[in-house]
Amino acid sequence: MEQALVIAAHGSHLNAESSTPTFTHADTIRATGAFGEVRESFWKEEPHFREVLRTVDADEVYLVPLFISEGYFTEQVIPREFRLDEWDPELWDSDGTSASHATLTAEDTGQTVHYCGPVGTHDSMSDVIVQRAKSVTDDPDVGEGFGLAVVGHGTERNENSAKAIEYHADRIAGMDRFDEVKALFMDEDPEVDDVTEFFESEDVVVVPQFIADGYHTQEDIPEDMGLCEDYRDGWGVPETVEGHRIWYAGAVGTEPLMADVVLERAADAGADVSAAIEQVRGETDGASATGD
Amino acid sequence: MDEDPVDALVATAPDGIDFDGLRVGAGTDGYTFETPDRAETGLDEAGLREAAAASPYVGNWYFWHAVAPQTDARWDFLRWLEGSAEHAVPERYDALDDGLATEWGQLRVTVSLDGTAGRRYGLRHVDDAETPASDLTAHEDPLDARELAKRDDDGDYRPLKTAPSLRTGWQFPALGPADLVEAVHAFYPATVQNWHREREGALDITHWHETVERQTGIYGVVRTWDRGEGYEHVNWVAEACCDDSQCLKRREWQYDEETELDVAGGDGEFPCREPCSLVIAAARQWTKLEGEQTRTYEFELTPSEKEQIEAIVDAVADGESEDIREADVYDGANRYRARFLRAKLFDEEGNLAGVETDD
Repeated sequence: MEQALVIAAHGSHLNAESSTPTFTHADTIRATGAFGEVRESFWKEEPHFREVLRTVDADEVYLVPLFISEGYFTEQVIPREFRLDEWDPELWDSDGTSASHATLTAEDTGQTVHYCGPVGTHDSMSDVIVQRAKSVTDDPDVGEGFGLAVVGHGTERNENSAKAIEYHADRIAGMDRFDEVKALFMDEDPEVDDVTEFFESEDVVVVPQFIADGYHTQEDIPEDMGLCEDYRDGWGVPETVEGHRIWYAGAVGTEPLMADVVLERAADAGADVSAAIEQVRGETDGASATGD
Repeated sequence: MDEDPVDALVATAPDGIDFDGLRVGAGTDGYTFETPDRAETGLDEAGLREAAAASPYVGNWYFWHAVAPQTDARWDFLRWLEGSAEHAVPERYDALDDGLATEWGQLRVTVSLDGTAGRRYGLRHVDDAETPASDLTAHEDPLDARELAKRDDDGDYRPLKTAPSLRTGWQFPALGPADLVEAVHAFYPATVQNWHREREGALDITHWHETVERQTGIYGVVRTWDRGEGYEHVNWVAEACCDDSQCLKRREWQYDEETELDVAGGDGEFPCREPCSLVIAAARQWTKLEGEQTRTYEFELTPSEKEQIEAIVDAVADGESEDIREADVYDGANRYRARFLRAKLFDEEGNLAGVETDD
């Protein structure tokens, strides 16, 4: 029986483009032929989490949440809506950023579901953030002379939300690629509003950890940072704010290399996708393809 | 699929075939080949091949066993599209020669023969049934349907895939059977599977009460919807959201296993097995609003003004406000009439008849 991949994303009742990155990454993976079936599914759109497994023929499914952090959605909503009744957060044995996978049975369909940690906390997500910086500056060597701000939503209701952002900021700082790396937030300190205060570098790349571009990444973060008075007027890349050139990247989830993280999650759970990973990395990470 | 249907038939004959009126077998005295209009026994292989080559039953058998998707729901759906349960092969093939059309929500699916052992499927909006193909944008990739389903003819986002607002102007002129089902899935996700489960008597329905009981986070509040009059509130939800004018699914969920709702579930072809995320999101808002106590406001309206307010609510609720003609000031929901009412009755803060909401 062939293996299937199901991507679980949030989606939106209000924003038509919220699902676009999910479709795009699914298409990239579909084109590799690594899975007999690749299905998108959503909390707010259709196919809904509740119904998607019945549209999948395979008995063995790799389920990858296209979410930024571990927490409410990955630990409660997705397992419940997919009817993974044996689920217990202990199965992931995670400290908030270290979830890997758990193998469960879907009660309504009987399928074996390898439930993976979210894309946002996978180590390879750090590479996507760096790739996003390369994309937005159009410079594969970007790093020296640049600061990097990794921006999260932040919320007091979920401590893992900030952990996921800090985790990647620390990892990227450890690469010694950028002069400075900071984790900043919308709803908690340190706040992205004051981005220029946190950097000495004249050039700062700002990468928001969101799956899709929407209200936060296209309206309030640009306005809060002072890139524009009104988001409808747009902003330049880079845009000068208080003497700093701000290279605003938009949602990290729109970066094509995200498809690789989805595959890495499935691979960690036992899916046979090594050739697909190589292919996707070659296609979506320009720098890797040229030997960077 | 590359195999010749007659070769496949000869290879399968020893296992026996009994499908759609075709019966084939192999015994010590040779092959048997039977259809409703002929029966031959004692055939050698050449004889079997000769009989098979002339018979549409063979191409039909081959299509359904070697070409069409074999998973139950998809197979059942494709069979239903050409009325295979009601029509024998010869009459079905006659109809397929001309092209058979079936509706699935707002989709018009046509099936025609592609050789003797194939099918070609066309897909377009039911409102485009008579539109010349040259006036429609042609698509080949079934996944293009995801983008087509996203917005209506006005360009507005459709968060509910089964809303009766599918855009027009496109067609998939020639899909294979597997791709046809993929496209239908992209337009109306999981409808084929749930419809099939219902036909098998295995549709798993999750009723209102059970659905709201499992809600958490910001949706946890809908659990309190069961207060007081109980399911009367749920009737209002179903009447607001689950009407044919709003959703093409036929609502099968009720208040709970024992308690049916009073409002009809609609006439859609495919069933709705539990309150959807839009219904839950709307019910969350109503739960909060319905927590308020009524109070008495006093203001005066002319009889026509009262009727005008009723007409405005009706027009908005039925999505008809856009259709009211610009100069039709006889309609209470006409824009000029509404602007006059506002000019006359609202104060600077927007209070009806100058009465404050929180006074």
